[in-house]
Amino acid sequence: MALATTETPAAVDFGPASALSCRECGTRYDLGPSFACLECFGPLEIAYEFGRVTREQIAAGPTSVWRYRDLLPVPADVAAKPNLAPGWTKLVKADNLARELGLRSLHIKDDSGNPTHSFKDRVVAIALEAARNFGFHTLSCSSTGNLAGAVTAAAARAGLSACVFIPADLEEAKIVMASVYGGKLVGIEGTYDDVNRFCSELIGDPLGDKWGFVNVNLRPYYAEGSKTLAYEIAEQLGWRLPEQIVIPVASGSQLTKIDKGFRELVKLGLVEDTPVKIFGAQAAGCSPVSTAFKAGHDVVQPVKPNTIAKSLAIGNPADGPYVLDIARRTGGAIEDVDDTEVVDAIRLLARTEGIFGETAGGVTVGVLRKLVAQGALDPDAETVVLNTGDGLKTLDAVAAHARPAAVIRPSLEAFRTAVADA
Amino acid sequence: MSVSVRIPTILRTYTNGAAEVAGEGSTLRDVLAKLDADYPGIGARILDDSGKIRRFVNVYVGDEDVRFADGLDTATPAGVQVSVIPAVAGGC
Repeated sequence: MALATTETPAAVDFGPASALSCRECGTRYDLGPSFACLECFGPLEIAYEFGRVTREQIAAGPTSVWRYRDLLPVPADVAAKPNLAPGWTKLVKADNLARELGLRSLHIKDDSGNPTHSFKDRVVAIALEAARNFGFHTLSCSSTGNLAGAVTAAAARAGLSACVFIPADLEEAKIVMASVYGGKLVGIEGTYDDVNRFCSELIGDPLGDKWGFVNVNLRPYYAEGSKTLAYEIAEQLGWRLPEQIVIPVASGSQLTKIDKGFRELVKLGLVEDTPVKIFGAQAAGCSPVSTAFKAGHDVVQPVKPNTIAKSLAIGNPADGPYVLDIARRTGGAIEDVDDTEVVDAIRLLARTEGIFGETAGGVTVGVLRKLVAQGALDPDAETVVLNTGDGLKTLDAVAAHARPAAVIRPSLEAFRTAVADA
Repeated sequence: MSVSVRIPTILRTYTNGAAEVAGEGSTLRDVLAKLDADYPGIGARILDDSGKIRRFVNVYVGDEDVRFADGLDTATPAGVQVSVIPAVAGGC
């Protein structure tokens, strides 16, 4: 069978990226808008030929993901193109939360500081460059909400059309946000997995011709954006790897790529090769990977999601098997927390560190707390936890617990009576 | 039972570019066997050497992922649509 790849324009420039390579069987393909191996259906990943990259070179770059352009499938002049320039978000030293949980050293990588308030801007920025390279006119995706907003915003900045697909029952804030940037937002009656399936079929149809689906036909490029979380964490720690990290798991792509990012830094000699235990966090109402981990399985049985953590509600996670491999290889674990624990954790993070995370952040901090209580996390080891989105997008989750202390007339007397004496 | 089978882009080299082909069989197993008889080689792209659905392939009968139903033994009533879809798509 001929290994014909999709036709690509002659002038593509993907910087240090050299090929697409099947993660399962290693078959290599030219860089093109394809995502599955023709031999085994395995996921395609970017292969690189890195030049010399130094800490100084990176530090002299822009305060965005583009400081790592020499490690990403993007052209050298990417920072000059119209894009949202996401990344370089804060790594917050979380002493209050650490004290509350009994940890010696804890940092929060707060990705709510991105342009559309979630980590999705990172992955979309890389996919956008691929879309430009391939001459696509429309940017699209299947989304649990955050991605849809990141795609419509990036398309607006880049001057491309956008048409994005979400489960129709998403949080209001995510629907409004994904719509405000223009483009078309289409609600699908069904779960995220139904939306995903729909997009997979649309991509083979003339209706989707010249469309870049960031997490389907551009997925190999898109997924690389999550590596920048690993690069930033290491650089912000002073060019060191953390000893333990807790990462939310939806499709598992983010966790898989953070691992890849750490490995690349070691290979390039940018950090010392010290062990990193990688932990994954799921919501109990959608925990296929955590269930497989605990059962000792190496494949993931899909589930039908039912959780308030809608951004993590992927019942059939594409990278689930790799997440299992990585957690086991590094001595980490995958754990889950129920919706009550998610809400508690959102409030805990807000109360201790002044960070209002979305439900996915609640899942991750909730799992951090659970892993400490179980003794699975070493309280003396340097720990990093991710907050991948903004609580303003999932207000309903905590609204019942976050009300005014009082509503009073504007008088000192009324205040004294209602609050000050209490 | 006669059914229709939706073919993903990367398998259309087997079906002369057709996105949808006619199928036959009362279970998914039979439908896939007939598909391979009609388009030799396509079966081995969907099933692994031990005859199981490959790790990175999702198969739907109607709207149901067959992993939630009876796998290869899932019934394929007349007129139903069988969809073969690469699993690595999507995700956040």
